[in-house]
Amino acid sequence: MSEDHHDHKPTGIGRWLFSTNHKDIGTMYLWFSFLMLFIGGGMAMIIRAELYQPGMQLIEPDFFNQMTTLHGLIMVFGVIMPAFVGFANWLVPMMIGAPDMALPRMNNMSFWILPFAFGTLISTLFMEGSAPNFGWTFYAPLSTTYGPASTDYFIFGVHLMGISSIMGSINVIVTILNMRAPGMTLMKMPIFVWTWLITAFLLIAVMPVLAGVVTMMLTDRNFGTSFFEASGGGDPVMFQHVFWFFGHPEVYIMILPSFGIISQIIPTFSRKKLFGYSSMVYATSSIAILSFIVWAHHMYTVGMPLAGELFFMLATMLIAVPTGVKVFNWTATMWRGSLTFETPMMFAIAFIILFTIGGFSGLMMSITPVDFQYHDTYFIVAHFHYVLVTGALFAIFAGAYYWLPKWTGNMYDETLGKIHFWISLVSVNVLFFPMHFLGLAGMPRRIPDYALQFTDFNQMASIGAFVFGGIQLLFLYIVIKCIRGGEKATDRVWEGAEGLEFEQLPSPAPFHSFTEAPEVK
Amino acid sequence: MSDQNQQKDANRKVVKKLLLATVFMFGFGYALVPLYDIFCDITGLNGRTSDKAAEVKPVDIDMNRWITVEFTGSLNDNMPWKFKPAVSKMKVRPGEPSRVNYIAKNVSSNSIVGNAVPSVSPGQAAKYFTKTECFCFTQQELKSGEEKEMPVVFIVDKNIPKRINTVTLSYTFFNSPAATKEKSKVSMANK
Amino acid sequence: MGDGMSVLLRTVKAISLMFVSTELFAAAQMDLTPGVTAISQEVYELHTLILWICVIIGAGVFGMIFISMFKHRKSKGAVAANFHDNMTVEVLWTVIPFLILIGMAIPAAKTLIRMETPADDAEVTIKITGYQWKWNYDYMHEGFDFFSNLAKSSRDVIYAENNKDREGINYLLDVDNRMVLPAGKKVRFLMTSNDVIHSWWIPAFAVKKDAIPGYINEAWTIVPEPGVYRGQCAELCGKDHGFMPIVVEVKSAEDYAAWVSEKKGAAMTAAAGDNKVWTKDELMAKGEQVYAQCASCHMADGSGIPAAGFPALKGSAIATGPVAAHLDMVINGSKVNPAMAAFGYMSDSDLAAVITYERNAFGNNTGDAVQPADVKAARQ
Repeated sequence: MSEDHHDHKPTGIGRWLFSTNHKDIGTMYLWFSFLMLFIGGGMAMIIRAELYQPGMQLIEPDFFNQMTTLHGLIMVFGVIMPAFVGFANWLVPMMIGAPDMALPRMNNMSFWILPFAFGTLISTLFMEGSAPNFGWTFYAPLSTTYGPASTDYFIFGVHLMGISSIMGSINVIVTILNMRAPGMTLMKMPIFVWTWLITAFLLIAVMPVLAGVVTMMLTDRNFGTSFFEASGGGDPVMFQHVFWFFGHPEVYIMILPSFGIISQIIPTFSRKKLFGYSSMVYATSSIAILSFIVWAHHMYTVGMPLAGELFFMLATMLIAVPTGVKVFNWTATMWRGSLTFETPMMFAIAFIILFTIGGFSGLMMSITPVDFQYHDTYFIVAHFHYVLVTGALFAIFAGAYYWLPKWTGNMYDETLGKIHFWISLVSVNVLFFPMHFLGLAGMPRRIPDYALQFTDFNQMASIGAFVFGGIQLLFLYIVIKCIRGGEKATDRVWEGAEGLEFEQLPSPAPFHSFTEAPEVK
Repeated sequence: MSDQNQQKDANRKVVKKLLLATVFMFGFGYALVPLYDIFCDITGLNGRTSDKAAEVKPVDIDMNRWITVEFTGSLNDNMPWKFKPAVSKMKVRPGEPSRVNYIAKNVSSNSIVGNAVPSVSPGQAAKYFTKTECFCFTQQELKSGEEKEMPVVFIVDKNIPKRINTVTLSYTFFNSPAATKEKSKVSMANK
Repeated sequence: MGDGMSVLLRTVKAISLMFVSTELFAAAQMDLTPGVTAISQEVYELHTLILWICVIIGAGVFGMIFISMFKHRKSKGAVAANFHDNMTVEVLWTVIPFLILIGMAIPAAKTLIRMETPADDAEVTIKITGYQWKWNYDYMHEGFDFFSNLAKSSRDVIYAENNKDREGINYLLDVDNRMVLPAGKKVRFLMTSNDVIHSWWIPAFAVKKDAIPGYINEAWTIVPEPGVYRGQCAELCGKDHGFMPIVVEVKSAEDYAAWVSEKKGAAMTAAAGDNKVWTKDELMAKGEQVYAQCASCHMADGSGIPAAGFPALKGSAIATGPVAAHLDMVINGSKVNPAMAAFGYMSDSDLAAVITYERNAFGNNTGDAVQPADVKAARQ
């Protein structure tokens, strides 16, 4: 490989601070997300410790609300989204045969905004008064008229995150549209690239709306406007409409890239081409488009007219069709393949099954009259943790194991990987499955203390949480061990691996790759 | 290296379009506010009635129907008043103007300016509910201990859907926003 | 440590038993309640129908995955086939789910339409107002209203160390004043709020509706049989969101009528109470009841939560200083701390009682007895 001769890496701290290299920036995104996983996870441990038994033992109710709020914000904006941007940085240029991202300096900026954004958000914990305590959905007027003083810092933090995401997605779109190697037509792109292209468009469509809604909050709080204040002619319910207009596509922003990752991994370990490539692309696009017309299913109980409730119910149910297509396609890809079960494949199969369980509870919740019973209970908490933890987070684990050998040149420790998988799998279900029962039995979400009949399942969930949280330290160890050494990975890494990054680049992938465009068959 | 320059030009074009889209979507977020209001007016989504007096139209009364109108008054936080309708319900003919009095009394030791926010349930009834006179059109000031009758004159449109036969008219008195804002500012300085 | 181990063991046992026996969880409810109204029954049936559709589809898809995993593994010599699309199959698995969805949507829409039909013929209308953190029930056409707070028996043991103390009191699901409804009659609820958004929910009626400041929402129910039904606030509304339960007692029509006239009488007495002179003991007894509304911030023992901005009343400058400043604080609210709302909407006698209580309980022992007439004077 000719690249090797001029594979000069900058050294020292400057390499990272001023980096314009997609691989280094991708690495920083991934480590940042990992750090946030432990901070947000630590908050989850505090929540589960308080909920271990009825009564208030460890913390005060208001601090409990601060924990649920920050846990949600950090996991959504600080863990899942940056991790996917990290994958995009590392993989999109290699997968489409580009030398780097299209806008390397913007790439550097979009990363370095993040530590400031989350520094601001987390600093609210140390301010006088309360940190944000109104839930990650920050409904008005709890977050406006009744919000603590630190809310203004929270708003600033959200603005920064938004700017970072928008810059990141502009970069992804420009790279994919303009930097593909000759011969890499859109319909030849790996599914991961496709899902990220669609995700990036979603981000550009909705992050500005989030920026708008927090700006309205800011002016309501400090400059005398009344967007959400009934006494000044506003409407607090409008907050929810605008928020969920952002919020629902946001949900897909957090899941589409994981569809992409799973669609790369399943064919590799089935040694068989992905079933229904084009229907995957169409299904992803339809999910993205439908995501703009279903937002009000998050707010069935605000008192909408019947016609509205019927419309949002039907539109929401419709999403089950393209999502089903994806699950069927993965199943058909495995069918009559030649399967092996390395750690990435294990996480990918667990993803398909557990994400589908989350999808089923989502379908149940789309039914308006029944959702009146599920709304704002632990059934909802169970649902979105199935799609985001055993969905998005498991896809991130799968992807990390899958590409780590390509990134580092070393194989990870397969035995430890399997241990990580099995303990995670069991504990995550002990953690989240009982929450379905709690919700159906009538336990509201976001309460720091509960009636005695909820005790058994809460204890189960807490024990699952401690194990699941603890075992992620093993994952940290596995990653560090893999970076420092281990069995050398082949260039192909996996017997069934396809794609430019496996077929045309050595392991580890050189600092500068594809300075000459590769040939695409 | 003209290839590279071409690439940069092409990139710049796409970036420009995407930035434009971003600005557009930020604007769209704000545009959702008037869009929401229009949508509410059409569908009665939030049950809000007009905040302007309606012109009195020639009377056209539907003598074949009765509509029960219920009245209720609420107070928001930090509003030490008493506020109640003089009657809790009345039967009216669609198209016929009717008058109801609310009674408000300031039971605090300060003078307070309040404004009343109207709401109608079911929401779909809101657009068939017009007011020719209402204390909610302007701010109301009550001195400490002062009691005042506040009249509303309303007409239920005769086109109100057949399935709606009971309409609730609610007013919530808020401490005037300026005063409320003042208070929360002080609290921030204090925290 | 020993406790932790035994719970761990119990949990392991619970997980292993979950699949073979529900005996262990006989006490713990695992499914949605069928409830007690016709609507809640329909909702339960819909829930069950959809759950089973999901279980069947899930069993099919997961079955295929497991068959692949066991039959088509490389270690068993499986060689990968070469197919990667099939139009017929792809059309089928788009169309069939679509048809299933339509089959689900029809009964769902029917139930929804029944739920959303306006309750024109309701015999009772109750306005429900959410407050941080209590409910007010206004029987609009009967002329009385009252607050419903978390029961003192629950509040007193929130911080108790021994779980036994929480047994037998419907911990966190009991209130001081229940909403009372007549059995078999259509009841219309109007929801609104005094401050932030709350949500009024009784699972057994399948009624959950948001209470939004400045706006009213409505819902209705018919409960056929007398009984006591419990629920909780379902929308995050601040610090004590978890501590504002809802209890509805459904009585026979005759008992309900008797209850209404008793309440009306009580309202008259309360009005009369504003004009009489109370003894200090009477004030203290009533004050302790009214204080339930203050206890969520100032705590039952008057110690407050200073760290969260809720000052102690015990030995405080306001509660042991001049009566006039104390009256001003409670009637008009705090000028500096927005958490202290203006309670001027309460009656003269309630205010007199609670202020007297605050000035003499928690070791404050000022000896003051504040009379309704004093409150009236302070309002001028």
